[in-house]
Amino acid sequence: MAQAIDPANTFRQEAVELLAQLETTLLDLEKAPDDRGLVDTVFRALHTLKGSGAMFGWDALAAFTHHVETTYDLVRRNELKVSKELVALTLAAADHIRVLLDTPDQADKVRQNALLASFRDLAPGRASAPAKAAATAKPKAKTSSDDDARTFRIRFRPGRDIMQFGTNPLLLLDELRDLGTCTVTPITDAVPPLEEIDPTACYLAWDVVLTTKAPRSAIDDVFIFVADQSDLAIEEIPTDPEAVRERRLGEILVERGDAAPADVEEGLSRQERLGNLLVKSGKVSGDRVASALVEQQHVRGVAKSKEVTSSAATIRVPAERLDSLMDQVGELVIAQARLMQQAMSLADPLLKSISEDIERLASELRDTTMTIRMLPIGTLFGRFRRVVHDLSNELGKSVELATEGEETELDKTVIESLNDPLVHLIRNAIDHGVEDARQRQALGKSPTARVLLSAVHSGAQVLITIEDDGKGLNRAAIRAKAEEKGLLSPGQELSDTELFSFIFHPGFSTAAAVTSVSGRGVGMDVVKRTIDGLRGTIDIASTAGKGTAITLKLPLTLAIIDGLLIRVGGEIYVVPLAAVEECVELTREQDHRSAGRSFLNIRGEIVAFIRLRQLFEVEGEPEAIQKVVIVTFGEARIGLVVDQVIGQHQTVIKSLSRLHRDLEGFSGATILGDGSVALILDIPHLITFARDRETMQRAS
Amino acid sequence: MAKKRILSVDDSASIRQMVAFTLETAGYEVVTANDGQDGLDRAKSTSVDMVITDLNMPRLSGIDMIKQLRTLPAFKFVPIVMLTTESEERKKQEGRAAGATGWIVKPFNPDQLLAVVKKLVS
Repeated sequence: MAQAIDPANTFRQEAVELLAQLETTLLDLEKAPDDRGLVDTVFRALHTLKGSGAMFGWDALAAFTHHVETTYDLVRRNELKVSKELVALTLAAADHIRVLLDTPDQADKVRQNALLASFRDLAPGRASAPAKAAATAKPKAKTSSDDDARTFRIRFRPGRDIMQFGTNPLLLLDELRDLGTCTVTPITDAVPPLEEIDPTACYLAWDVVLTTKAPRSAIDDVFIFVADQSDLAIEEIPTDPEAVRERRLGEILVERGDAAPADVEEGLSRQERLGNLLVKSGKVSGDRVASALVEQQHVRGVAKSKEVTSSAATIRVPAERLDSLMDQVGELVIAQARLMQQAMSLADPLLKSISEDIERLASELRDTTMTIRMLPIGTLFGRFRRVVHDLSNELGKSVELATEGEETELDKTVIESLNDPLVHLIRNAIDHGVEDARQRQALGKSPTARVLLSAVHSGAQVLITIEDDGKGLNRAAIRAKAEEKGLLSPGQELSDTELFSFIFHPGFSTAAAVTSVSGRGVGMDVVKRTIDGLRGTIDIASTAGKGTAITLKLPLTLAIIDGLLIRVGGEIYVVPLAAVEECVELTREQDHRSAGRSFLNIRGEIVAFIRLRQLFEVEGEPEAIQKVVIVTFGEARIGLVVDQVIGQHQTVIKSLSRLHRDLEGFSGATILGDGSVALILDIPHLITFARDRETMQRAS
Repeated sequence: MAKKRILSVDDSASIRQMVAFTLETAGYEVVTANDGQDGLDRAKSTSVDMVITDLNMPRLSGIDMIKQLRTLPAFKFVPIVMLTTESEERKKQEGRAAGATGWIVKPFNPDQLLAVVKKLVS
């Protein structure tokens, strides 16, 4: 439909039809004054004229019709009889409505008032109140004048049957979350035993602490449809730093009416954690205490952010102190592992609970320390502007450097080690990647080439991408060079990923001329080694004529990782958990079937595996059921056959001694709870090893 | 994700058009019906994620349609919003008793309509 939709036009048409219908019905009604159906029809016509009229700008029409409608509402409710006078008056009113529809400006005010007076005379004492323009469900505009955020405590216990009225309470919580910083605690104390649960009923309640700049009415609006069916309490709570310091858990519980002051006093007199005590004594439910604690935290957070913004508290600390802090946290994690081991073997519940507390504290301390060590990568990106500027001048190319994601944070050590690899990659992009201005113009590209340096978080990794809009990698040249160097047998089929990975081989350069900048094949292998050392990976994507994108995937931190402990023979090793995809069993039967081939069928996919017993030359009989840990690295995927999968372990990475540093297959070591040393498996290396072996077997 | 489908039931063509246009522009799919009976028939023949209905309609009133919808298993939990005028406080109560989820007071503008739809449909 080319015509724009205009409901106002539709209404005009509709109103004309309704008025015609009104007239015929009124004439019928005059003959049959007791016909309920006719009265309803008249009422509906008036009602629609009023309702739709108000929607599309006919305010005068809506206001006038409202009074006529009210009269017919009385008729509908048998409080007024249909009379000849009423019908005549309504017909006159219909004429007036027609005027109000077509030319509202020329409507005769005197006539209108006379009509209304007559309607009033027909139903004395029942005169209708003027139509109010109030709209209940109107979402109020957020007033920005209220600059200071306020914090509210919202206790929301929806009616059991709320969902049978089509309300999804979770959407209401989402709506609250849109209003500001929101902490939601579910209250589950009303949930009955499973066999008594009515799945259509809502047993949950929620305590919400919300800090918002929106006015109080915005919160009321969220609950507008459910307020009368729910227990709902919305109160403002103070968040001034002074007030917050004063408010203890006990005070909050009393203030919220969840606990009696006497109970709190009694609890306090016995030197134990008040929350535990109150729960144990059965005076307050665990959910309620948890919810009060959440409020305490939320409010503390708000108060703290107020304090922080007021003083912009930053202190400079020498980097070495942070390094030694990290070391100490590492030692703490190791000591904690020992404590845990001891607690387990003594089976002492008290010691175990202390050990669990310390474990929680240690991991929080670890996370905090790590965030302290984080720096925005922008500090690094800034240095490259100069590199690009100098290099493009030297090579006579016009190149513009764009950066994205400067605020992405990475461990300080990782950032420092990234400088050289990134300089190499940027040089390569400018020297090999982009064409000079004349070539670019001939190709219809903008004369100024663009190199984009971007960083983004992805899970526990940071992706750094160097992207140029140059000519892309030359597949034929790489293949020729690889064949020349004997890395590839002629005619061998390779995927792009495999082919591109040759550029990381030492001494591999396809540049026709050696420039002062690059072309000597020094660099990419160094880049690869540095990234490997950071436990990162490199992906290359390239489209001929369009450009190349090199993505570095780096772990957020170097010092402590989550590991999976495995046992091979009598020794324990660590597999970085990030690399683990799944663990499966390798029964003797399957083992026989796979005999010599070292392949495993996992849900229809063929996965090569390495027997670590064989690789590490472990003597003796393997376990009856061997386990296979499936690990991935980039796109590659292999299985590691081990004797036992022990479990997760916070792994503090220690570098290997100078003597063992060049040992292949291990990236470091860690200290276990019992004080013994476990080696950390170098997954990328093992995958390469497996692939090479495969190629060798295929060749032989 | 599939578009959410909303059933608009109103005997006023201009309101139907305004509701449909507003919601379609916001990315919803809209099915319309001219009165309660029509609405009930539509609701039985197609699955909808929300119903927006007028109350005063020929053949079957909005209230009666809501009552009947709520007896259908497929409509036990579907949000149903009624359009009322400010003078119909009594109607609002009746609608609630019949199983309506919420209400929008006429006259309303497109933003108000969308705010209510967003509140009830994920």
